[in-house]
Amino acid sequence: MAEIAFARPESLHDVPFHYCPGCHHGIIHRLVAEVIDELKVRDRTIGVVPVGCSVLAYNYFNFDTQEAAHGRAPATATGVKRVHPDSVVFTYQGDGDLASIGCAEIVHAAARGEKITTVFVNNAIYGMTGGQMAPTTLPEQVTVTSPYGRDPEKVGMPIRVCEMLATLDGAKFIARVAVNNPANMAKAKAAIKKAFEIQMSGLGFAIVEVLSTCPTNWGMTPLEAVAWLEKNMMPYYPLGIFKTPEGVAK
Amino acid sequence: MTHEIVMAGFGGQGVMLMGQLMTYAGMLENKQVSWMPSYGPEMRGGTANCSVIISDEPIGAPIITEPTAVVAMNLPSLDKFEPALRTGGILIINSSLIEQKAKRSDVKEYRVPSNDIASELGNLKVANMVVLGAIIAATKAVSQESVMQAFAKMFAKKPGLLEINEKAIKRGAALVEGK
Amino acid sequence: MAEKILMKGNEAIGEAAVVAGCRHYFGYPITPQSELIEYMAKRLPQVDGVFLQAESEIAAINMVYGAAGAGARVMTSSSSPGISLKQEGISYIAGAELPCVIVNMVRGGPGLGSIQPGQCDYFQATKGGGHGDYHNIVLVPNSVQELVDYTILAFELADKYRNPVMLLGDGALGQMMEPIAFPQGAAAAPAKPWATTGLRGRKEPNVINSLHIQAPDLEKHNIHLQAKYKTIRENETRWETYKTDDAELVLVAYGISARVALSAMEQARAAGMKVGLFRPITAWPFPYEALAPLAGKAKAFLAVELSAGQMVEDVRLAVNGASPVYHYGRLGGMICSPKEVLGEVTKIMQGKEGK
Ligand SMILES: Cc1ncc(C[n+]2csc(CCOP(=O)(O)OP(=O)(O)O)c2C)c(N)n1
Ligand code: SF4
Ligand SMILES: [Mg+2]
Repeated sequence: MAEIAFARPESLHDVPFHYCPGCHHGIIHRLVAEVIDELKVRDRTIGVVPVGCSVLAYNYFNFDTQEAAHGRAPATATGVKRVHPDSVVFTYQGDGDLASIGCAEIVHAAARGEKITTVFVNNAIYGMTGGQMAPTTLPEQVTVTSPYGRDPEKVGMPIRVCEMLATLDGAKFIARVAVNNPANMAKAKAAIKKAFEIQMSGLGFAIVEVLSTCPTNWGMTPLEAVAWLEKNMMPYYPLGIFKTPEGVAK
Repeated sequence: MTHEIVMAGFGGQGVMLMGQLMTYAGMLENKQVSWMPSYGPEMRGGTANCSVIISDEPIGAPIITEPTAVVAMNLPSLDKFEPALRTGGILIINSSLIEQKAKRSDVKEYRVPSNDIASELGNLKVANMVVLGAIIAATKAVSQESVMQAFAKMFAKKPGLLEINEKAIKRGAALVEGK
Repeated sequence: MAEKILMKGNEAIGEAAVVAGCRHYFGYPITPQSELIEYMAKRLPQVDGVFLQAESEIAAINMVYGAAGAGARVMTSSSSPGISLKQEGISYIAGAELPCVIVNMVRGGPGLGSIQPGQCDYFQATKGGGHGDYHNIVLVPNSVQELVDYTILAFELADKYRNPVMLLGDGALGQMMEPIAFPQGAAAAPAKPWATTGLRGRKEPNVINSLHIQAPDLEKHNIHLQAKYKTIRENETRWETYKTDDAELVLVAYGISARVALSAMEQARAAGMKVGLFRPITAWPFPYEALAPLAGKAKAFLAVELSAGQMVEDVRLAVNGASPVYHYGRLGGMICSPKEVLGEVTKIMQGKEGK
């Protein structure tokens, strides 16, 4: 495991992020970029980024990217990968995008064992559109479309994407990580790296869910947001590796 | 008479509320009014602005290209909207945050140290109300009484806020009238 | 009419739907209509209604299909990319003749486009959108008060004709605030003996369906639909004219553009130019018959719209070659100013072609 470097990875353009203070999207971009640098695959990487706060990721990633329709990135990435099987293809999706509108696409990409990697940023809310309820919003959590708090009686319990996808044979590597402290950042990076390696070895579909903050729409300071994530998200969304192919060391 | 006022500042400086209060006041005076915000990505991190029209005639386009008055709460807003101001127009500058003077000599400039006045009053949050006081005194688009009535309606659930906000509005108005 | 209040366009649509007796709403967040879904999330529970955030616009429109088929006054709303996703469902709704209201607060396109106001979904709204020979009734309000009035009318027309009604607004109308008053209520929904409510003593089961597997049956159904559309054309075409009587140049514009065009028209009049404005209020049915007679009188027409030229095709159909028809538009989420329109007007009036 390499140190988390503070020099700018080659896979990131030298431009400032537009994310709000305390948002984890920037950290996660950096981890992905570092992994791509370390694997030396920048010249054959194609990122697919659908709508969400990270829709402008093509301004940050210094490799080929496609902007995809809301929720459809796994399908778009499938198309890319089938045309260029030797490329390294990943999707970078939010929780609204992946677990709501794009639920079918992610399930079927995983079921097909599509040789792509998905980085799934779960911040329990729709960031870009101003803080509406996501399928991952926690019970009682107040959002602008659950103004009385999420009521599981009416809209069910939040979806645990890793656990759900773990039932599919085509999904070969599934992990949930967080970037709330340096130790977890290192684990997150290792998991993302593993997810890319699985793809490159042709084993099948790999996904890493990253628990993430949205201080702006949670209505918190960056520090409060990390504390809220630790107290509320981590118990419901346990960190860990849910699936890893035999022979691939942890 | 048609007032076309652009109010601009950082997100969080309360420019949208200023605009809404003025619009509401105009409605209470049975004038024709419209309020139109900027929205979307330009709000995240950048400047937020709203366009307020108060008129005796029915309002056509709610979009303002040549304002009769501009409120600049921060420097980017001043740079952006001063050039659009009509000749003879009113320019209110939040001088607590903006050192730069008006570049044009064909407009009426009022410098309002709104943050300083607000902190004198003991609540930084009312800086926008100081500016609101100034703009209504300078334009006479609506009366102070109507603005206070609008405030009371919009904050019906928080009557405690009325006093400090009224003070802030009066201070802003006094500044302009004393000029 | 009650006391005037100041309200954002998107929220005004939500309250108008409640006034109209809508108690079911299914939607998915998208800018610039999110205030509407958020308003419904807060408001419907207060009136024992059902608010549900669907997992996608595809799901939302199919929930609308189900609720409408079950007899409810139901609404969904979105903006351009989301409306594209709904097209399949809208075609099914039109085929099954279900009443519902669909709100599109249009933004710049194509694709993900921008989130600023646009009028570039006119073709999609009025000329099909989904597959098959069908029409939505399309209302195009131009103020916050009209958003209220035509939301209510939309529910009434939907029920009257068992047809989807689209309220076609734009990002600007949805975001702006103007004084409005709400009427006391809407015409009560008619009885819906066709709705799938469960037999509850009824002998014959009701079926909501758009499948007619025998071509002759489907043709018969289509002929029935076309007859209905003809009735709608005859009875529900709406428009407004301003100073067209002596106009040498008639501006044609709807929605937010009509506001801009009205300002431009007043400025042109002040400068001594004889300019009028024709404003469609229904985009489908388009008021061809009302516009056509002006063609003999006016020397030229100028369509003003936030698109590269969509409604202008209907203007040309109405004018039918009798006078030149020009177009002025801004694209991608840009709004034209009265000054720009006045510039076009001046060029045309001076005989130097519009573009
Ligand atoms: C078809 C369609 N519907 C809705 C939208 C509006 N929209 C853009 S991003 C988004 C949700 C973003 O939430 P998430 O995926 O959780 O990403 P985050 O911003 O939180 O990182 C929505 C609903 C759209 N672009 N396209
Ligand atoms: S809105 Fe939330 S997710 Fe989006 S950039 Fe800001 S903090 Fe991050
Ligand atoms: Mg999210």
